[in-house]
Amino acid sequence: MQQPQYRSLRIRFLLVILGFSLLPLFVLGTVIRMEFSNAFTDKVMRAVADAASANRRAIDMFLDERIAQLATLARTHTLEELGTDESLARMFDVMQKSARAYIDLGVIDAAGRHVAYVGPYDLKGVNYKGEPWFDEAMLRGLHVSDVFLGHRNFPHFIIAVRVGQGSRAWLLRATIDSDIFTTLVRSVRPGKNSDAFLVNAAGLLQTPSQRGKLQEPGPLGAPLRFSDIRVQKTDLYGGRIVGTAWLSRAPWMLTILEDPQEALNPLLRATYLAWGFVLLGTAVIFAGAWCTVRSVVHRLEERDREKALLDASLLQSSKMAALGKLAAGVAHEVNNPLALIGEAAGWIDDLLADKDEQAVPDLAEIRESVRAIVRHVERARSVTHRMLGFARRMEPEHEVADLNTVVGTTLEFLRNEALYRNITLETRLDPALPSLRTDTAQLQQVLLNILENALDAVDHDGKVRIRTFADGDLCVEITDTGPGMSPETAERIFDPFFTTKAAGEGTGLGLSIAYGIMDKLGGSVKVASTGPDGTTFRVTLPNSGNGGG
Amino acid sequence: MSRMRVLLVDDEADFRALLLKRMTHRGVDAMAVGDGEAALAAVAEGHFDVVVLDVRMPGMDGIEVLRRLKRDHPDVEVVLLTGHASIEAARTGMDLGAFDYCIKPVSINDLLVTLQEAVARRRLAAGAE
Repeated sequence: MQQPQYRSLRIRFLLVILGFSLLPLFVLGTVIRMEFSNAFTDKVMRAVADAASANRRAIDMFLDERIAQLATLARTHTLEELGTDESLARMFDVMQKSARAYIDLGVIDAAGRHVAYVGPYDLKGVNYKGEPWFDEAMLRGLHVSDVFLGHRNFPHFIIAVRVGQGSRAWLLRATIDSDIFTTLVRSVRPGKNSDAFLVNAAGLLQTPSQRGKLQEPGPLGAPLRFSDIRVQKTDLYGGRIVGTAWLSRAPWMLTILEDPQEALNPLLRATYLAWGFVLLGTAVIFAGAWCTVRSVVHRLEERDREKALLDASLLQSSKMAALGKLAAGVAHEVNNPLALIGEAAGWIDDLLADKDEQAVPDLAEIRESVRAIVRHVERARSVTHRMLGFARRMEPEHEVADLNTVVGTTLEFLRNEALYRNITLETRLDPALPSLRTDTAQLQQVLLNILENALDAVDHDGKVRIRTFADGDLCVEITDTGPGMSPETAERIFDPFFTTKAAGEGTGLGLSIAYGIMDKLGGSVKVASTGPDGTTFRVTLPNSGNGGG
Repeated sequence: MSRMRVLLVDDEADFRALLLKRMTHRGVDAMAVGDGEAALAAVAEGHFDVVVLDVRMPGMDGIEVLRRLKRDHPDVEVVLLTGHASIEAARTGMDLGAFDYCIKPVSINDLLVTLQEAVARRRLAAGAE
């Protein structure tokens, strides 16, 4: 099961590694994309400028042609020659043969009267004197009107050319279908989202745009006049590139809107590819980071666990040391009064030794009581001496011994007891065990303490199995068929003075002495398993090599 | 074998008195004192074969008494009697030349056996000289 602190550690590691490895990747990607985008925007801006220039030339040329045609017609004829509807109609037919751009044609004299007219409207006789366009044409010799919708509701504009001076001056005026502009203007539009249109000085649309009808205000408002071609990035419609250029023949400005995103479309494939690589790279980095972090955290966890075990064993050692001191102190304090009691009782016994019933009434009773005192002083003494043994820090002897022999001689102490309680002692000794260097007497003490406990656990009618084997170290396992222990008991079983036996039957020191001795011998003793079928203690001794020398 | 002369040194008066009575009762020529200075003085005056010395005493402790005894009277045997866990002290005592040590409470018969062995060694050593 994963501990939460290791999970959060793992996540933190993972985030740091991913952050440090993915950040440069993303920065690189973003910078490259930005550079590409800028380069493409520049390219688009140049393309827009080229388109604006070419388109302006085309429209100017168209206007030049119309103006030149009208001027030629006017200058090669007199007012009298063109002043009748018949002759004008003939000329109109000739002009329409070369270009079907004209809608009507009219001749206006210096007084502003429409002296001749050919076309779909009934404009003959209308007087234009005082109209701004008439004054401008008379003054400057040329007038090009804004586009407007006529009676039949299609867009057109007027060109008027003046011939002659002063009172003999007259105008040739033609209405021209402006759809041709629309076609011209639109023909240069490069992209689907791009737009091209003309606006007049007031900013009103002269050709329909994608976003506005004729004569509606254009998206840029009333523009200033300038002579060159201007290309700008704007916020218009989500970042359009706008190219503008004023026509030289009419007071109109050509406007081209280009969507840079559309121009970047060819980059999209590359972008998708790049994102694919980034995703793949991220996945690879993630997998690598995950594996690394998992192994690192796993190792950390392992080490923490080992440290916890070490801490636990250090704790146990220090507990033993502290309790050892306590035991020694208690033993001392108890031993002195015990000695006194023993001596006092002994003195009474001495005094009664040569007395009889006549001299001392109830002599037998008194003797019995004194012996009981002596007996129990003896019992208490054995307890305090064991406590001193527990506290004793004796340097272990180092002698070459055979573990099986030690087990065998230890079992000899218990044979009668086992027989008496109908407990079978079953041994399975590995004959191939190497000899070892250890303190035989102390090892025997350990085995004896554990075996005594095993016999007590079985009580009557059962079995105690003793097994020796080599498992890197040398091991002795002692298994009883007793009722097992609770986990709480198993945890405290090596604590000094911990006993499950009735008061007065056990000191609770046997196993803690065994623990202390095994610690000194460089080995260990532990509860290998316990359950309702019995308990197994395992004594482990370091394999001291082949034990020679 | 003449009667052995034993000096008991123990700060606990009751214990000292009882042990003295029991030894005297068993025919041991014994004397008892309560501290280290008295013990040193007694040994200087009388001719004791063996001293039974309590290790832990107020004032001069048993180990110090032992050191001085062995310096001034190397022929007097010493048996340490200790009631506590200072086995280290007992071992130090052995290294300083004590004959043996017993842990309280000790049965008087065991103690007397140890004392007799100590006296036997002393007499053996004296005879060899």
